[in-house]
Amino acid sequence: MTQLPEKTDRKMGLVIDLDTCVGCHACVVSCKGWNTENYGAPLSDQDPYGADPSGTFLNRVHSYEVQPESGPAQLIHFPKSCLHCEDAPCVTVCPTGASYKRTEDGIVLVNEKDCIGCGLCAWACPYGARELDKAEGVMKKCTLCVDRIYNENLPEEDRVPACVRTCPSNARHFGDLGDPDSDVSQLVAERGGMDLMPEQGTKPVNKYLPPRPKDRLNEEIDILAPLLAPVAEEPKGFLGWLDKKLEKL
Amino acid sequence: MHPAPSIIAFSTFSGLGLGLLFWLGVDNTAPTGWVAFAFFAIAYILAVGGLISSTFHLGRPERAVKAFTQWQTSWLSREAWSAVAALVIMGLYGFFLVFFERQIAVLGWIGAFFSLLTVYTTSMIYAQLKTVPRWNTILTSVLFVSLSIAGGALISGRVTIGLIFLLVAGGIQAIWWKTGDARFKQSGTDLKSATGLGKIGEVRAFEPPHTGTNYLLNEMVYTVGRKHAQKLRMISFLLMLVVPVFLLLLPYPHVFGVLALISHIAGVLVSRWLFFAEAEHVVGLYYGMR
Repeated sequence: MTQLPEKTDRKMGLVIDLDTCVGCHACVVSCKGWNTENYGAPLSDQDPYGADPSGTFLNRVHSYEVQPESGPAQLIHFPKSCLHCEDAPCVTVCPTGASYKRTEDGIVLVNEKDCIGCGLCAWACPYGARELDKAEGVMKKCTLCVDRIYNENLPEEDRVPACVRTCPSNARHFGDLGDPDSDVSQLVAERGGMDLMPEQGTKPVNKYLPPRPKDRLNEEIDILAPLLAPVAEEPKGFLGWLDKKLEKL
Repeated sequence: MHPAPSIIAFSTFSGLGLGLLFWLGVDNTAPTGWVAFAFFAIAYILAVGGLISSTFHLGRPERAVKAFTQWQTSWLSREAWSAVAALVIMGLYGFFLVFFERQIAVLGWIGAFFSLLTVYTTSMIYAQLKTVPRWNTILTSVLFVSLSIAGGALISGRVTIGLIFLLVAGGIQAIWWKTGDARFKQSGTDLKSATGLGKIGEVRAFEPPHTGTNYLLNEMVYTVGRKHAQKLRMISFLLMLVVPVFLLLLPYPHVFGVLALISHIAGVLVSRWLFFAEAEHVVGLYYGMR
């Protein structure tokens, strides 16, 4: 059903730390790997070894440069996947009921057997979280690794989304964002977790932790500075004479 | 947005066919017999042909019937229902006109209502999308419906009323273009809100996630042809409005009426191409594009 649930029992989602993400794309690779071998149609590639490769991915890492008013620019790596929105516009536009939001955990999924590949849900998503698979003709999106997180055949530490499990810098966290006492909710509260495009009214479940303020070199800390005489800006002696002569030419 | 030829053809021709059905439905002295047959045949070829071509862009057209299930939330599903209702009711209405020379006015009015409702539901598929600010306005629906009524009047040979609706639709088209140019900025969505990094400073897309292209860029960040947008608008406006109005003011409406109609259709096709090609999806921001 494409009617959104009034409320979900839990709000499972990701918290992505933009401070610690190093932009290694390991989450992209592990996501592609797991979701090609498991739930639903594989994530196909077109012309993968040719001149114009492209393919379906559920998670992509952008990089942005931010220039503060003073100081050097900062480079911020920015992983982006489905945010499992509370008011998911992709679900309500679906004409077939293939897209739905689960009542029990809030995960937004696509029933690929019902998907006609009209692409309207991808149009409705402001985040670019949905991609139509060229080989299969159906819409693919992040499942929050629904086939891992409840999978009792896996060791307990593996029952998290593949991207979270693989992240080498611990920039990705998984948990119930509807429970204010959960680790992820605490983290969001502590670090000022934010929504992407809040003005779109989608109420994303996934939160992004902004980069921590950068350390600043403070003159008072530099205890050696008074001991170091500044290097003469004006040349003296032979170089000074040469400088003057050359100026006059 | 990617201007898929199947969608452009669909929305133009089915809009025209449904516009014709609207006029046949509200006509107090509707044609009967063979004349009615010709009119209804043209209307159904346009409307049904358009609807069929809309399935060409589906990834899984064989499952298209499932699109009838979610009418409670989905405008695409509502469009499917409304189209079927319009075609069935008008079919019945036309059947009595053609074979029994009997006009059941009530059927005509109901069918005319569903014909326009179908055009409205089509327009709402686009107008509902907050992600495409240029489309996200009630004016989109007004534009689609007025063009459908004007085209239907032209094709059914209504000169005076056709002229009026042409001028109305042309005016709305001009306003839609003019206001549309400012809508992305008005939406308040920019790279700062998209990344949430605006609090730190100026944000610039430094590196995309991949060197090649992808579905999102092909489908939603279609930038080809935008540089000619202003010229194409002029061409579209001339063909859609100026030329047909001039031709309709000439004598011999049968000859010049057909030319006016052909010109109008060509203009609407250009306008529909621009409708997609000029539309910017907010996801382009993530790629440092519009």
